[in-house]
Amino acid sequence: MRSAATSMEAAGFRAILELADDGLILGHRLSEWCGHAPTLEEDLALANMGLDLLGQARALYAHAGAIEGKGRSEDDLAFLRRERDYCNCLLVARPNGDFAVTMARQLYFSAFMEPYWHEIAAHSSDETLAGIAAKAEKEMAYHLRHSGEWVIRLGDGTDESAARMQAAIDELHRYTGEMFLASPARLEAIAAGLLPDPETVRAAWDQTIAMVFSAADLTVPDVRVPQTGGREGLHGEDMGHLLAELQFMQRAYPGQTW
Amino acid sequence: MYSQGLIGADSSTTESAEFLALFQARIDREEKIEPNDPMPEGYRRTLVRQIGQHAHSEIVGMLPEGNWITRAPSLRRKIALLAKVQDEGGHGLYLYSAAETLGVSREQMTEELLNGKAKYSSIFNYPTLTWADIGAIGWLVDGAAIMNQIPLCRCSYGPYARAMIRVCKEESFHQRQGYEIMMALARGSDELKELAQDALNRWWWPSLMMFGPHDSESTHSDQSMAWKIKRFSNDELRQKFITATVPQAEFIGLTVPDPNLRWNDETKLYEHSDIDWAEFKAVVAGNGRMNRDRIRDRNKAHDAGAWVREAALAHAAKRADRNAIAREAAE
Repeated sequence: MRSAATSMEAAGFRAILELADDGLILGHRLSEWCGHAPTLEEDLALANMGLDLLGQARALYAHAGAIEGKGRSEDDLAFLRRERDYCNCLLVARPNGDFAVTMARQLYFSAFMEPYWHEIAAHSSDETLAGIAAKAEKEMAYHLRHSGEWVIRLGDGTDESAARMQAAIDELHRYTGEMFLASPARLEAIAAGLLPDPETVRAAWDQTIAMVFSAADLTVPDVRVPQTGGREGLHGEDMGHLLAELQFMQRAYPGQTW
Repeated sequence: MYSQGLIGADSSTTESAEFLALFQARIDREEKIEPNDPMPEGYRRTLVRQIGQHAHSEIVGMLPEGNWITRAPSLRRKIALLAKVQDEGGHGLYLYSAAETLGVSREQMTEELLNGKAKYSSIFNYPTLTWADIGAIGWLVDGAAIMNQIPLCRCSYGPYARAMIRVCKEESFHQRQGYEIMMALARGSDELKELAQDALNRWWWPSLMMFGPHDSESTHSDQSMAWKIKRFSNDELRQKFITATVPQAEFIGLTVPDPNLRWNDETKLYEHSDIDWAEFKAVVAGNGRMNRDRIRDRNKAHDAGAWVREAALAHAAKRADRNAIAREAAE
């Protein structure tokens, strides 16, 4: 029994870490826009979405740390792991690119996470996680509306914006399949009733994307080879640079109180 | 910082003596002047300049602090900094709106910032070199901004005064946050304390410069004081700031970088060395370390976002057309 419980805890820790890393890395990416957005209103909106995601990450790291029980703080988990130990999906770490890429990334992610958080809030056996999910679901609904409206505006705007929007979709669509894959840790968490199967939100995701793409006059590209590996820590070349910035202070001045 | 908004301001005005006397009487009765009220052209022009520069300062000010968001040392600090810089953007938005009530568009003001015609606070032309600079900016720069802005809450122009009330609340939060960053560093390892002291050394004098030139050099102050756009002189505000800030530095064991700083028990004021006005003039004239970079970065963001703004307008027009067609079909 004891070893089963320990293994369950380890899986729960890891599965929650996946969600936390998604929030941290996407929040970090959005924060890179700060001061450089196409309009002042959008500067505020991108910061807002970044803040939501970083806030989610913070709560999730703290919870994961408590489950792990090794005394690791939210900052230990966020800043002091090696690159191969980050288990975010590849999509969230994709560089900001132009505004079309950033909005496509946000649409893909929030169209998945909004219903996924909803399922967690409704069904998770973990009360703390369900509480985090209830708040996050509302935040993701806003991200979905905001990014969906921009994808439509850009897809149905000028010739240039339509071309850029389609290029963003062509670039990112191959990273979306990974969100529906369950890692071994996630499978255990699903079996234990901690997390829902990502497949349960596929229909909702498909429907959202189809609706937005139809209004935006965008074409879903034919993805022959989906890109995966983030959950096992196999990231893109950009990830190391992101972490170099993210971890800079913690690595340069170890063990300090900030 | 917003005393600098009056540098080069042209408050000359051509209205009749009777008109000006009536306007002055309203000001003297402490009545707020509202957007559609009659006002001297010089009053309007002075405010457009000051509020515009204030707005630009908020927007340009996002860059030096934004420089550390991706490198903030903890999640708590990262979130606080991102939220703070977002607040500054919000202040910019507020202030552009307040200026628009005086008949100038945000596009016009932005254009003047981007082509270098409009100024912004000299302080943002200094680089943020270490994490401690984020603490120093919150503590000193926002602290100095509050000294300037609290009196602006009673500025005679209603929309500006009201905007300042909210802005001051947020700035006050930022100031405490900045001081808390400095306090954590000052209480940390020797290495961290060095970071804090170095940041104070670099930001102290530029912060004092935020209050603008000496009263004797501040040519447009008299008219602005009479119109109650400005309530205290540059030197008075600077002195208030020094009085408030020196004990805060002492409390956390940092040394203000001025060998002549001394409390005068008779005047109840700190005596201090004179400011390096040559440096101030050079920075205001565009020759600070970061002037070119700041304007380059603003232009880069503006240019890179042009296609997005065009697309939003094109989409809105298409949507309006489709709605019109649908309405016609329905009729």
